Amino acid sequence: MSFASISFIIFLGATLLLYYLVPKRAQWWVLLAASYIFYFAAGSWYLPFIIFTTLSSYAVARLMANNSSRESAYIAENRENMDKDARKAYKAGQKKKRFHILLVGIVLNFGILAVLKYTGFALHNVNALIGVFGGVKLGIPSLILPLGISFYTFQTMGYLIDVYRGKTEAEKNVFRLALFVAFFPQLVQGPISRHSDLASQLYAPHRAEWGNIVPGMIRICWGFFKKLVVADTVMIVIKEIVSDTGKYGGAYVLFLIIAYSVEIYADFTGGIDVTIGIGEAMGIKIAENFNRPFASTSTKEYWNRWHITMGSWFTDYVFYPLSITKSMQRLSKWSRAHLGNAVGKRVPVYTATIITWFLTGLWHGASWNFIVWGLLNCLVILISQECQPLYNKLNKRFPRLTKSTFWTLYLRAQTFMIMGTIRILDVYRNVPVTFKMLGSIFYDGRGWQSFLSGGMLSLGLDISAFIVVAVGILLMLAVSEISSRGDRPLKNRLADKPLAAFGCMAILIFAILIFGSYGIGFDASQFIYTQF
Amino acid sequence: MIKKRIICAVSVLLVLAALLWSATLVLEPKYASQSREGNLVAEYYGEVDAGNTHQVLFVGDCEVYESFVPAVLWEKYGITSYVRGSAQQLIWQSYYLLEEMLKYETPEVVVFNVLSMKYGDPQNEAYNRMTLDGMRWSKSKIGAINASMTDEETFASYIFTLLRYHSRWSELSGEDFKYMLSRPQVAYNGYMIQTGIKPMESEREGDELFDYTLPSVSFDYLDKMRELCAEKGIELVLIKSPTNTWKYWWYDEWDKQICDYAEQYGLDYYNFIDNEEIGIDWSTDTYDGGVHLNVFGAEKMTDHFGKLLVKQYGLESLKNDPDIAKVWDKKLSEYKTAKQDMMEVSVKASSSRQ
Repeated sequence: MSFASISFIIFLGATLLLYYLVPKRAQWWVLLAASYIFYFAAGSWYLPFIIFTTLSSYAVARLMANNSSRESAYIAENRENMDKDARKAYKAGQKKKRFHILLVGIVLNFGILAVLKYTGFALHNVNALIGVFGGVKLGIPSLILPLGISFYTFQTMGYLIDVYRGKTEAEKNVFRLALFVAFFPQLVQGPISRHSDLASQLYAPHRAEWGNIVPGMIRICWGFFKKLVVADTVMIVIKEIVSDTGKYGGAYVLFLIIAYSVEIYADFTGGIDVTIGIGEAMGIKIAENFNRPFASTSTKEYWNRWHITMGSWFTDYVFYPLSITKSMQRLSKWSRAHLGNAVGKRVPVYTATIITWFLTGLWHGASWNFIVWGLLNCLVILISQECQPLYNKLNKRFPRLTKSTFWTLYLRAQTFMIMGTIRILDVYRNVPVTFKMLGSIFYDGRGWQSFLSGGMLSLGLDISAFIVVAVGILLMLAVSEISSRGDRPLKNRLADKPLAAFGCMAILIFAILIFGSYGIGFDASQFIYTQF
Repeated sequence: MIKKRIICAVSVLLVLAALLWSATLVLEPKYASQSREGNLVAEYYGEVDAGNTHQVLFVGDCEVYESFVPAVLWEKYGITSYVRGSAQQLIWQSYYLLEEMLKYETPEVVVFNVLSMKYGDPQNEAYNRMTLDGMRWSKSKIGAINASMTDEETFASYIFTLLRYHSRWSELSGEDFKYMLSRPQVAYNGYMIQTGIKPMESEREGDELFDYTLPSVSFDYLDKMRELCAEKGIELVLIKSPTNTWKYWWYDEWDKQICDYAEQYGLDYYNFIDNEEIGIDWSTDTYDGGVHLNVFGAEKMTDHFGKLLVKQYGLESLKNDPDIAKVWDKKLSEYKTAKQDMMEVSVKASSSRQ
């Protein structure tokens, strides 16, 4: 059941109605039932995997919590018999036990993700090596990939680590944990929520309030507008350009960089708008995943504004823990001793950054395209970091220029183009083709000539469709700009004026139904991030 | 405050519904100058709303709406008839259309053209639309949609046709606004006039098939049609129109299966392919190289079939009924005028090409 389908709209309407009709204490049961129906509709074979993740995480969290309780009870009982060092040693021993329990949970769940998502990729690479050295190639099994497995696995492992760190309570009721894992609005494309932020809201009673339902509905409509009117329409052009690399080089690739940036922004933020809107309509505040990413003036800032929950997950659960591991500390000492202080202090940070970005790339997909994408992001961030003293000098030397609107716009455009250029690794079939096509921007005169002589209109969209997309982009820019001003989100401000709120929804629904790229002749596809 | 919100919500909802309804009317294809067959199915309701009933109903695909001229059947034999056919009308669509028609009237004879027996699965979304969109909502329409939908289609898009036709916004023409409330008349009691001439050229036979067994689902629906007619005491007659080009070849193996079926259930089956009594001249009586008859071929076919209806099924002329005669004479006159007009257009078009 895709979000962009009539069956989902009916399902959502029925769920919302039931949610507010049942006694408040039973609301979360409605959400749990709806989440499992939604997941079952996506594929009955997916269910065992999410159930396993839920049960194993429940057991692991409970074991850790029981261990913590026993530890506290033991210390309380033996406080008089234990000195400080003995208590410290006992605590350390118990913590190690909990760490081992945590490790079992993490290995089991990431193991499933690794096997299902990466076996094919690994075997392809092994076969490529076998091809070089000669030998019998291995068969590649066709494994199912449960919907949203990357998202729910990361969210649940985040929960286990938080329980281990004592940042959140271990859930006592397995059904409540099941809801946290499978909460349907965010199951397929995130955001990756934290248990401490989301769980209590899921189980709390919620009244049907105008201030929640109307802004939530406006946001859902806005999300569908971005997805169906902008993203899926632009996708037609993208598919055409990527389908024939011989024909569409030069300026087409430059156009692709811009088009794909628009497409993925509209698709992903549209999906998140629907998710957050559904949550809001139920009185549940789901974490924001974007904060005007194309207003970023640097790559680092961009990654603080784009897919925020994934970025913070990798920072909190990969980068920081990795940075303080004993082996990293040893590497730090060694590099400072052998490479000097300036280089030495960078080695561990760079190593942790590279590993984090490698994993970020791998999380996005089992292919070299995504790994190279991750590493290129890392490279740009590290280069920017190294160039920071230069920027500082520039700021000092030309303060008026660097504080001007022009300079801000230039930096935004630069960041947009850098991120867009790296991003097209998503769309071409492999890394060499991507770099070849990027190179064609500089040497494919035929492509430039074709594009400049009206080739844009041979990409599957006529001029009227381009106008609709342009209006859609301008609307997205305007909404983003207006939302950044004022103390409350635009949709909440609209909700204060009933006529404006309903009028806005009606206009969006009308625009979606008429101009949306759905139905026969269009491939109103799943939101792009559902594949990750 | 709550009252104000409810008023706002209802008002906006009403405006939105009106806008979407208007948009649907504009965006639905009008089938006025292209693919005019898309209007055939809906035109039947004008006939029954006017209170007209018929002695003979023809059902089937393009081979019926290009082979039988009700106006000529009236002119020559005083028989009233209607052709309920549309482009690539599949047998289950014919069944549901017949089921629907028999709620409005009980003819003496139902004639079914068997070419569509060769299809066992839904075929083409565009043809589905041309047949099904024109049907009024009824149990028959729901059955027809469910039986006809291809994998890419959804039932909802038949209820809200805007979901299907929304993308036409960029190709609208004056025609879409002109005919948004009433569609142009494209046929004369279901017969669509074609005055062009394009002789049959190829003598090639159809390609060899792996399996010549007609799909069992086709026989299931033929059973249903037979039972439906038997319940109402209607004579069901099976026919195969005279056209037989290699693309739409009617194989002897298929013919035998239909003959066997007809014999088993005591039905009449007439295969008009190569029937010289009709007098079809394939150099002048087809408008598309032999795939369909033109008006000259159709009039010959109708004349021949009229004789059969009188002789074999005892259908009597209704010309003595003044009310019926008034209606049908008018129909005949309209048909003749339209035929004349179209012939003039065809002549002008061919002389301008020369």
